[in-house]
Amino acid sequence: MKSALRDACLSAAIALGLFAPMVGLVLDNGDQGLVLRGRPIAAAVLVALVFVGRFGMHLWADRPGKEARAIRASRVVPAGVNKFVAPILLGAAIMLPLTGSRYYVDLGTLVLTYVMLGWGLNIVVGLAGLLDLGYVAFYAVGAYAYALLAETFGLGFWTCLPLAGILAAFWGVLLGFPVLRLRGDYLAIVTLAFGEIIRVLLINWVSLTHGPNGIGDIPRPTLFGLRFGMDDGDDTFAGFFGIEPQTVHRVIFLYYLIFALALLTNWVTLRLRRLPLGRAWEALREDEIACRSLGINVTNTKLTAFATGALFGGLAGAFFATRQAFVSPESFTFIESATVLAIVVLGGLGSQLGVALAALVMVGGLEMLRDLLSTIGEQMGSALFSGLAGDLPTYRMLIFGLALVVMMVLRPRGLVSGRTATAVLR
Amino acid sequence: MIYGLIAVGYTMVYGIVGMINFAHGDIFMVGSFLSLIALLSLASLGITAVPLALALTLLFAAGLAALYGWTVERVAYRPLRGSFRLAPLISAIGMSIVLQNFVQVGQGARVKPMNALLPGGVELMNDEGFAVQLSWMQIAIVATTLIVLAAFTWLVTKTPLGRSMRACEQDLKMAGLLGIDTDRTISLTFVIGAALAAVAGLLFLLYYGVIDFFIGFLAGVKAFTAAVLGGIGSLPGAVLGGLLIGLIEVFWSAYFSVEYKDVAAFAILILVLIFRPSGIMGRAEVEKV
Repeated sequence: MKSALRDACLSAAIALGLFAPMVGLVLDNGDQGLVLRGRPIAAAVLVALVFVGRFGMHLWADRPGKEARAIRASRVVPAGVNKFVAPILLGAAIMLPLTGSRYYVDLGTLVLTYVMLGWGLNIVVGLAGLLDLGYVAFYAVGAYAYALLAETFGLGFWTCLPLAGILAAFWGVLLGFPVLRLRGDYLAIVTLAFGEIIRVLLINWVSLTHGPNGIGDIPRPTLFGLRFGMDDGDDTFAGFFGIEPQTVHRVIFLYYLIFALALLTNWVTLRLRRLPLGRAWEALREDEIACRSLGINVTNTKLTAFATGALFGGLAGAFFATRQAFVSPESFTFIESATVLAIVVLGGLGSQLGVALAALVMVGGLEMLRDLLSTIGEQMGSALFSGLAGDLPTYRMLIFGLALVVMMVLRPRGLVSGRTATAVLR
Repeated sequence: MIYGLIAVGYTMVYGIVGMINFAHGDIFMVGSFLSLIALLSLASLGITAVPLALALTLLFAAGLAALYGWTVERVAYRPLRGSFRLAPLISAIGMSIVLQNFVQVGQGARVKPMNALLPGGVELMNDEGFAVQLSWMQIAIVATTLIVLAAFTWLVTKTPLGRSMRACEQDLKMAGLLGIDTDRTISLTFVIGAALAAVAGLLFLLYYGVIDFFIGFLAGVKAFTAAVLGGIGSLPGAVLGGLLIGLIEVFWSAYFSVEYKDVAAFAILILVLIFRPSGIMGRAEVEKV
């Protein structure tokens, strides 16, 4: 009890040092340059929160029955859960558009995009064990490939989709070649640099990409040649089936499109894992030197992993472009790569279900949080938070970052720890 | 020079813990915000003598940034030590996002301009109106960097703390067995790295006069490039790498195009890693099975 109090005081003192200048004093952009404004209450509240939190944490941890809890906590999720969760998720995903709520379908589309990206990156990081921090580059290549092909040659979505995938895969091989010899963190930093190079190129190569303005008016996808338009022509979806044209049709169509693409990714991955190639990937993840000694061609194995991962990134990118009907370099920042990587790691590196769950939690949760925060902000007015700059939605990314750290500390092996080899010698 | 200072922090942490401290660039950013706050507070307290104000600011910013570095290590990395390789990396990325948005929320998203503290300079050459000028600011930056690095080199090579840091770098487990408090040493490494980053932040603020909450990311990546270029784990290498990266950027901007200077820095990173992965002054890693 006494030590808990002392520790809490210490934490509060540290928090005072951290928050007093950064929160207690604000730099305001005034007319005459910067003005310093005091904000002691906000800082005091934060320090008090740290004190109470730390004290409470000690009391919580010291309550009786410590050993029993430790044993319970160490128990992992039983493998049988997978059998129930996956079909339920799948069913929910199929049924979602029936709710008819445009908000949920849009949200679902976003989540599925990240599920697909996560599954794509899972091939590179989860299966082959190559840490890729520049995955967003392939996403960008796919999106711009579709945008540029559609703009320059007037090609439709279905022609461009495979082309975008192939182009992205090509870039994957291109990136793969120089980094073959690298491993671990060096690989991570090079892929990060690669992602940044692609973004800087997109911004500065104005004659091709229109620079920061982006490319607009990207054609929407069609269903076997049927447009999703608001008019009653014979070539529209609504006109063909003789139903009332509604914008929600296209939203639902896009939702099922990304759903199909994501399932394709999953299916290909599951199939590949059973091929010698997929087994080589997993072997590579476990021990590269042993792989080489056993006669596996490490170069080809790595390159195919990069190419396959990039292929799905490119497909997702093309989908992103057609959904937004607009692409700009803004959408392809490092944060996106980090989010996708976080999804894969939280999903448990190699577990397909885990990735889907993590995407649902992270992306869906983040979006829900944004709306929740803005409603809370409207309800309470800014009375309580007038001391803190900005409105509540800006706290979203702060909470996102904190959640990343907390999740990593609590469950470093991910939500579903599924790092099991597909093939095990018996 | 500034890259060099940040790169030292990277190299130290990487050398000892073997992880990329993604939040390091953001500590640098926090350091430069702390400097700006300190400068303004001192000005409002009536301390306007430039050398005194700068010295106080330096102490303030370095001290508090060190506290930030310590907290980051304690909260985000120490619980994950001994966990698998990707966990601290993700946690570091999370911490970097936290720091960025913490500053954005706390201080606002707008850029913070500051008036130049040390105007004027020495004229080196004057050829028909085209003056080559060396501003006091540039001299101050070079001088500060040299002093800080000298103090730091002394710390690493001559003190007991430096010795245990080097021991941890060579073999963490063995150092622990020989009675070195490895947790404490790692914490102190983060503290020193953060303090150096804060000095870099102050210099950045003085030189460019404009800061915002996003400067940390690019500076961090470039500093890491510098650390890799110089050979990761090697302290003089980090400084040399920082100098080289700075020079390459300046010359690239002067002779080719300003827009692609970031591409140049990254391209160099990739080239170095392909052709000389151990850097200029690094030693080749021996692979053990």
